[in-house]
Amino acid sequence: MTGITRTTKEKIIKAFFFIIAATSVIILGLIILSLFREAWPIFRATSMKDFLFGTEWYPTYDPPSFGIWPLIVGSLIVTVCSTLIAVPIGVLSAIYISELAHPRAKEILKPVIELLAGLPSVVLGFFGMVVLAPWLQDTFDLPTGLNIVNASLMLAIMAIPTISSISEDALYSVPREFKEASYALGATKYETIVRVIVPAALSGVSTAVILGMSRAIGETMVVLMVAGGAAAVPESLFDSVRPMPASIAAEMGETPFRSDHYHALFAIAVVLFFLTLAFNLIADYVSHKFREEGSATL
Amino acid sequence: MKSGNLRWRYIKQFLFFGLVKLAVALIALALGGILLYLLMQGYSAISWDFLTKPPTDAMTKGGIMPAIIGTFYLMVGSIAVSLPLGVASAVYLSEYSKKSRTLRIIRIGINCLAGVPSIVFGLFGLGLFVVYLKFGSSILAGSLTLGILILPTIIGASEEALKGVPQTFREASLALGVSKWQTIYHIVLPNALPGILTGSILGIGRAAGETAPIMFTAAAFFTARLPASIFDEVMALPYHIYVLATAGTRIEETRPLQYGTALVLIALVLGINFVAILFRSYTRRRKSW
Repeated sequence: MTGITRTTKEKIIKAFFFIIAATSVIILGLIILSLFREAWPIFRATSMKDFLFGTEWYPTYDPPSFGIWPLIVGSLIVTVCSTLIAVPIGVLSAIYISELAHPRAKEILKPVIELLAGLPSVVLGFFGMVVLAPWLQDTFDLPTGLNIVNASLMLAIMAIPTISSISEDALYSVPREFKEASYALGATKYETIVRVIVPAALSGVSTAVILGMSRAIGETMVVLMVAGGAAAVPESLFDSVRPMPASIAAEMGETPFRSDHYHALFAIAVVLFFLTLAFNLIADYVSHKFREEGSATL
Repeated sequence: MKSGNLRWRYIKQFLFFGLVKLAVALIALALGGILLYLLMQGYSAISWDFLTKPPTDAMTKGGIMPAIIGTFYLMVGSIAVSLPLGVASAVYLSEYSKKSRTLRIIRIGINCLAGVPSIVFGLFGLGLFVVYLKFGSSILAGSLTLGILILPTIIGASEEALKGVPQTFREASLALGVSKWQTIYHIVLPNALPGILTGSILGIGRAAGETAPIMFTAAAFFTARLPASIFDEVMALPYHIYVLATAGTRIEETRPLQYGTALVLIALVLGINFVAILFRSYTRRRKSW
């Protein structure tokens, strides 16, 4: 070979792969940069405090009012409600798949969960709109079926696969000795699962719950289509709300380029970005800090 | 211990197992119910004309051919962006990296990228590709945005596939005096290929179903012509469903079209997922190590 030695060539190749691997971090930086670039001008029109905690979102009025508090509340409430539905179902199904299911049942159930995860969000939103909304409206005699309950149910369907598959991984990786020791002490299968396996897998299960919540808070199409779109702090679970992603998606298409409203929508995206970033960093911290110890360390 | 106590312990177990099975049944019911309902409502709308003709009469009649074509372009574009980046990243993570602070930062970066909400990707694409780089709302901008969205999926699947190649393969190759890169290229990557392909297929499926990232970067309400270059806007199936279901003037009248489009999208996305799952279990069974 002429010119460069084999070692140099290997070093160049390694450096090349390192640069590519770093693109994810670079892209994350670019996301922050391009969001801020389009978001910061809004703070010439309103203060940070009025933006975050103002209770009136009237971006097209004259004079406009850019308070996103109702949108934040809307996002939080549908996230909490969907988590309350998705966590028990997700974790219990993970227990079934990991601990109780016959291998053949497992072979069917895992793809079912994957397919559920693969359902496009716009299809779920559509289903919520044409099936669940009219049903809710008739059954509970409501002015509209597009409300918190509907959005939470649909978001729960999106969060369940995340929670279930990550929890299942965690439960499955609990060392077999733990179970055997528990059985040897005369514990029933139920007692072993609830007092030994689940506690041993708790960090993985918590990570699953946090990632499921992060998924729900950032989900757009479902809340855009079924949450109702009322930009007010809700008083009951049957009220309509306008979560942050819905507001961005609904309004960005109609707002003039680089108007205050346009910048305000980018600022909402910044809030949303950092909210989910926080969730992900917590999940990362929990899964590393409380990583299960193998049986060898006991 | 009294025997009544033991019975109570088994009753508790019985109740708990019932609850667990109920959870699984609910999941199966949700998936089955949604699929069955859309199938029953949608299949009458599906016809050869529906799949091969453009919409007519202000999108109240006709087919969805341009949306199918547009979604196809976006699928190809996004995988063209994410596959090289994703596989190369995974090669670094699995073959070259040593435990270090830099590695930890890269891993956190990938995890955080995976958690970025789809609408935020949409605005990022709008801010960077559409506005700053002046690509306009186009196939190019949409493919880049979707490609970045599925990048973490591709990296994760590829890394897992690379890690699944036994260490002895590498050692045998290195022992013959083959360089590290040649080992990766000729031994590790070919053996990891099935896993990488499965991950890519799942990534494509995800890209095909996403709406929010393409709303402001690629998708058009309606285009009279098919796209001529990567700088043209396209119609896309997910966005088409959203538009028909929410923005039309005659929403009730176009319901059959909406169900039909939803069914086509589901068939496409779940079909892709299903192929990936089948392919994975096929290659797993064939694996001799």
